[in-house]
Amino acid sequence: MQSNEPLARRQGHFAVLARAALAEVEAVLADAPAIPPFMVLKQPETGTIMVEGRAGGGGRRFNLGEATMTRCAIRLEDGTLGFSYALGRDTAKAQKAAVLDALLQNEPPEGPMHRAMHRLAERQKQAREEASRKAAATKVEFFTMVRGEG
Amino acid sequence: MYVAVKGGEAAILATHDLLAEARRGDPAVREVEVAQIREQLGLAVARVMNEGSLHDPDLAALALKQAQGDAIEAAFLIRAFRTTLPRFGSSLPVETSRMAIRRRISAAYKDLPGGQVLGPTYDYTHRLFDFALMEGESRPEAPQAASTLAQTMPRVPDILGAEGLMEPEMPPEGDPAPFDLTRQPVSFPADRDVRLQAMARGDEGFLLGLGYSVQRGFGGNHPFAGEIRMGEVSVEFVPEELGFAVDLGEITLTECQMVNQFSGSKDVPPQFTRGYGLAFGHSERKAMSMALVDRALKAREFGEAADYPAQQDEFVLYHSDNVEAAGFVEHLKLPHYVDFQGELELIRRIRAEREARLAPETTPIQEAAE
Repeated sequence: MQSNEPLARRQGHFAVLARAALAEVEAVLADAPAIPPFMVLKQPETGTIMVEGRAGGGGRRFNLGEATMTRCAIRLEDGTLGFSYALGRDTAKAQKAAVLDALLQNEPPEGPMHRAMHRLAERQKQAREEASRKAAATKVEFFTMVRGEG
Repeated sequence: MYVAVKGGEAAILATHDLLAEARRGDPAVREVEVAQIREQLGLAVARVMNEGSLHDPDLAALALKQAQGDAIEAAFLIRAFRTTLPRFGSSLPVETSRMAIRRRISAAYKDLPGGQVLGPTYDYTHRLFDFALMEGESRPEAPQAASTLAQTMPRVPDILGAEGLMEPEMPPEGDPAPFDLTRQPVSFPADRDVRLQAMARGDEGFLLGLGYSVQRGFGGNHPFAGEIRMGEVSVEFVPEELGFAVDLGEITLTECQMVNQFSGSKDVPPQFTRGYGLAFGHSERKAMSMALVDRALKAREFGEAADYPAQQDEFVLYHSDNVEAAGFVEHLKLPHYVDFQGELELIRRIRAEREARLAPETTPIQEAAE
């Protein structure tokens, strides 16, 4: 198998774009030198995905229930394919995220769109950490009352 | 003979308008926005997503607005909408051990790795009215600890499992895809994947009542809440065209692991047994009830007598779906004019026959009295 660093980076981009708002995706696209022409292979489409769980957390798979998701596929003129997949029903975001997926594959990791993606990822990480610190503030510190002599 | 009856169109159109007006309430009061419901009535939104069996907080909030807060009517709206959507596939099983924890407690272990994290809970409120909420416009801000919680926290049954004290929970051979009751008819006895899916979309009140019945003695379990955790979990999906897993974003889940008393046999030493509950959103009561009934429904597997409703899969699965139940109960409102006409004629005939039968006996007595 070849090095999976570009794959891991692309998977990271998918995760960040799935959590981003439309305006945030547009902001990253604004850092592209130019948006080249592209063909929409699969119009943004909303459907569902069946979310699976495991009994006990690690046992037999079961269907928890469905979730809405939206996907889109585009192709740049040079043949690069761009996809987007995200929970929810934001079709406007789906197409822009698919274009971004294609553009990011063609841009070197130190390019402006990559830097914008990195900033977006940092903001999402900060929000997660803030939620975690708020939860951590509700962590119980037990005090033990010692009665009598040791 | 079949007599078609028409009519009522004008009345039905008028009722739609009247319903819209009733839903809106006093026009002098500001209309509630869907986003407000999503953000501020999140527990109701979670319930509608669970019972509608579709995760989409915006749609669940819209459903609640449209249904005037009627959770079952809202779940019905969600179910109806779901049928219009194509299914793209199934996610990878969610990994709750990697949950971004916002609440995690154990009633079994005081000092467990990762700690007791109370999170946003009503458990320690005094259930006294907060009249300040009537004034509106509050901007509360929660304190932050200096550091974040641990990235992963072990699940309590896994801690017991490491000692061999817990019933093991392993995927069956080959890790098969789960049964889907939305696409295949259920048969009995139902396997655990079927039962868990049915309960996940089942009515919270029904499962709460059944769970309660188990605790009170109509079933053999009075367990420990081994662990309850709530937080965000990534949903991953492998699109055919890519062939690798894509993170679709995260959803809030509540998971409950009940630790029940021992089971053992000649070959297996006594060990704790599990009950499992999982639900969309912050849905603790639902997840706990589901975990209680999950354990009760294992009666057959453990060779226990299934004497009570909560232990009988056919009873539980056939009656837990509130959209189905409401449909059958509420269909009684629909016109049954012809059926009832038939009943009326029948009862009149039976009464006439009875009178005719009794008549010859009474007549002679009357004659004798004369």
